[in-house]
Amino acid sequence: MGLADLLGSWPVWRQLRGPDRLGLSQAVTSPATQATASPTAEADHVAASVCPFCAVGCAQRVHVRDGEIAHIDGDPASPVSRGRLCARGSSSLDLVAGPARETTVKYRAPYARQWSQLDLGTAMDMIADRVIAARDASWQERDADGHRVNRATGLAALGGAVLDNEENYLIKKLWTALGAVQLENQARI
Amino acid sequence: MGSNMAENHPVAFQWVVDAQRNGARVIHVDPRFTRTSALADTYVPLRPGSDLAFLGGLINYILDNGHQLSEYVAAYTNADVIISDEVALPDDLVKLLSGYDPDSGTYDATAWRYAGVEQPVVAASGKRGRHPDRGGGETPRGREVEEAERDPTLSHPRCVFQLLKRHYAGYTPERVAELCGVSREQFVEVAEALCANSGREATSAFVYSVGWTQHTVGAQYIRAASIVQLLLGNVGRPGGGIMALRGHASIQGSTDIPTLYDLLPGYLPMPQAAAHPDMASYLSALTAHKGFWGDIDAYLVSLLKAWWGEAARADNDFAYGWLPKLSGDHSTYRTTLAMLDGDIAGYLLLGQNPAVGSSNGRLHRLAMANLDWLVVRDLVEIESATFWRDSPEVESGELDPGEIATEVFFLPAAAHTEKDGSFTNTQRLLQWHEKAVEPPGDCRSDLWFVYHLGRRIRAKLAERDDPTDLAVRELTWDYPVHGPLAEPSAEAVLAEINGVDAHGEPLAGFAGLAADGSTACGCWIYAGCYAEGVNQPARRTPRWNQDAPASRWGWAWPDNRRILYNRASADPAGRPWSQRTAYMRWDAEQGAWVGPDRPDFPASRPPDYAPPADAAGPAALRGDDAFVMQSDGKAWLYAPDGMVDGPLPTHYEPHESPVRNGLHAWQASPARQRLAHPHDPDNPGSTDPAPGPPDPFGPHAPPFPFAITTYRIAEHHTAGGMSRFGRRLTELAPELFVEVDPVLAQRRGLVHGGWATVLTARSAVEARVMVTDRLRPLPVGGGVIHQVGVPYHFGYGGRATGDAGNDLLSLALDPNVHISEYKAATCDIRPGRRPRGAALRRMVDEAADGHHHKGAG
Repeated sequence: MGLADLLGSWPVWRQLRGPDRLGLSQAVTSPATQATASPTAEADHVAASVCPFCAVGCAQRVHVRDGEIAHIDGDPASPVSRGRLCARGSSSLDLVAGPARETTVKYRAPYARQWSQLDLGTAMDMIADRVIAARDASWQERDADGHRVNRATGLAALGGAVLDNEENYLIKKLWTALGAVQLENQARI
Repeated sequence: MGSNMAENHPVAFQWVVDAQRNGARVIHVDPRFTRTSALADTYVPLRPGSDLAFLGGLINYILDNGHQLSEYVAAYTNADVIISDEVALPDDLVKLLSGYDPDSGTYDATAWRYAGVEQPVVAASGKRGRHPDRGGGETPRGREVEEAERDPTLSHPRCVFQLLKRHYAGYTPERVAELCGVSREQFVEVAEALCANSGREATSAFVYSVGWTQHTVGAQYIRAASIVQLLLGNVGRPGGGIMALRGHASIQGSTDIPTLYDLLPGYLPMPQAAAHPDMASYLSALTAHKGFWGDIDAYLVSLLKAWWGEAARADNDFAYGWLPKLSGDHSTYRTTLAMLDGDIAGYLLLGQNPAVGSSNGRLHRLAMANLDWLVVRDLVEIESATFWRDSPEVESGELDPGEIATEVFFLPAAAHTEKDGSFTNTQRLLQWHEKAVEPPGDCRSDLWFVYHLGRRIRAKLAERDDPTDLAVRELTWDYPVHGPLAEPSAEAVLAEINGVDAHGEPLAGFAGLAADGSTACGCWIYAGCYAEGVNQPARRTPRWNQDAPASRWGWAWPDNRRILYNRASADPAGRPWSQRTAYMRWDAEQGAWVGPDRPDFPASRPPDYAPPADAAGPAALRGDDAFVMQSDGKAWLYAPDGMVDGPLPTHYEPHESPVRNGLHAWQASPARQRLAHPHDPDNPGSTDPAPGPPDPFGPHAPPFPFAITTYRIAEHHTAGGMSRFGRRLTELAPELFVEVDPVLAQRRGLVHGGWATVLTARSAVEARVMVTDRLRPLPVGGGVIHQVGVPYHFGYGGRATGDAGNDLLSLALDPNVHISEYKAATCDIRPGRRPRGAALRRMVDEAADGHHHKGAG
């Protein structure tokens, strides 16, 4: 390392000679920091997104590299959030790509003490059969007073406040067509 | 009030801090001192469950001192309407409002009607359309409501303005202070600040969250705040209003497009079996005299066309008969009790965790063990997916996996980064999120799940010939799919929600809807979100290239309007109330309402417009009918319909309270909904506390002497599924704690950092003790109330574990909205950990029986 390099590695020298006269950024970075690239810099693709936690609706940018999410940060263009995320929003990468995430279907048979495996298609078919059976078994054409009700009282669902509008729409549409009135979400909690 | 905005909506709170820097005064009135209090200019601690007394005090203060914006009140509210002489108000603070039937515990709202109007005036929201004399009769059209008797001088003893004065006369600063545990000076300081910052030249805003809604009188809290804001002229104006800060990314969207039992998309009520057997009776009961609910027929028919297409025809009532009909309350807590009775076979949990999040979690866990089958869709293995294996009831011996017949399907869900779709935020703003990557393994979006479940069910039903299947078989269910997983197109669903005109073109807005079956629209208030075939929620013009309301970022319902009822931002003549608060105004030259926003009013209707006698719906709105959703065009200080627990908000104590009601003879709201069940007992002595000053440590202290409130913290998210299973947030807040004040800690022998057990008749919860001045003992009724604060995020699963705080609460509900009273109940607290095994239930059952162990102190 020559004298010029040695001097150049000295923060005071960089602060006096470079543009960062207050010593708040480039002048005081270490070699390790200089060698570190932002995970956002090398993204192949940035998807426009929205924070999935509370209802403020802070805008997120999802940085994708090699088909995986490299980083999630706030979008400074948003008039709602101005690029900021709170502790929960900042943990979004941990939420979507953390070790607790389940990626396989699990099935617990009656009286079983543990999970077993199940193919997704088989599970969907079993659930469809059970919905139809529960609907048939609990179908009410008229209530006790003789009013026509056309409903299935043995089916219920809970959830929707963390889902998309389009998802809630299809849930309400299918559930209503099935005659299942017991459909609720966190707004009731 | 009722909100800890800085911690629960931190990024939104930046705007409050900005406003503060620009000279706004921030006041926080809340039981707990939080980061919101720390940043406020004024913090007022008040007793949990006493907010309505505080708000009633504000109403009284405004009226007593003449601080109302009189011109606004006279023109835009129903202050001048004379109420039927059947209505008796509790002048002496003893009598109940009229229409109450003690046998059924309900009110008959027809007793609250406007004088001179034969037909009950239809409410714009809430429990509406229930009047027997409206069902099946003529559909009220046009200006019938103009027949109401009025007194423009506001001096008639039965006009709404005078009723308000009388109803709140007892809510004096002295009594409010004594009830709420605040000083008279603090109360007056808040009231003066609010009035000084309202009027022509300034506006004030209220912010609330579930600290207001989660009470047996929660909806009346919001009504009371509405009255305050209307009297002060703070609604429909910039910087004014009442801001509900909601807690989930699309909880607003899931209310607008409701996964809720009592609504159809766009706040159309689900039909009731007795009152709405056919479409004519539905429309007769729910069509408003005037305003935009006058067009409810167009909204309903267009929805039915979106769902059933060609099968919905004029000659079959547009398939109205296929809609299932309700018989009263089918809400989530009722459903849980039905599970315990063995009446529910199958249950789907879609991103929700009732084993932790709902009141009395044990009851929900026992209920789920009574199902035939359960589907859980979530990102992680939440407690509701594993209750059969590791719930506290398995540990206590109440449940044995070998005896639980419930089949459980756990289907992993796709994250928001793995699917396209829109969220609606707390400001009614729809924002689109793009898929960034494919979901891993078996993970799928809920759009995929519901679409393919429906597809499989329809295929199976097509093989049999059962007339009850027609509603499913004829359902429009053809959505384009794409990609390796056959993911349905979210944008195609958004286009259906937006709707199409008679030519199949995307609707530009709800004004284009018709009742003749020529238009289809999945949610009328969202019409326009796909105008011109453009995904409007996906618009992202950067804020530095925007107009003042940032109208090109996302899309706000309705019609991309950013401030509702903004006609009221101008005076009756159409001029701004002041230059400082100018927003929308009437431009006579252009013959139009102009300003930075879309006018929430017929765009070219002049301020002095008087409609012809035969006008109906929106055409019947006068030029100063600023509240265009109301069937009389006026904001309701007095609600003649829509509320089931009274036309005027009244202070009642929580279902369980440590003190007697200091304002009214009735302790708690007589119309509150208490779902009785052996697994959900009341705390002995708390529903009917002894008169006299509360003395929690005295010889005659009740068994549950403390006020308990449950809440969220900044580092976790609701029932924990999105925060407790990860690494980052768990590190920030690893376990449950309970907050108590130093006096309570000393008297009960609680040590900071040690263990304590919080006890109610429902459950016992152990937690680390945090002794803090943030929860203050409050002087109430000549005695003192101590508070116990318990975060509710925790459960037995995940990395950050702890007992579930909401296990302590009961099924005491608001009768309007069936929301449980999470924010105010009573409890006891003892040093040390809770018992394990069967001893836990013995301890709780003894407490429920009133056999009380006094503990230290």
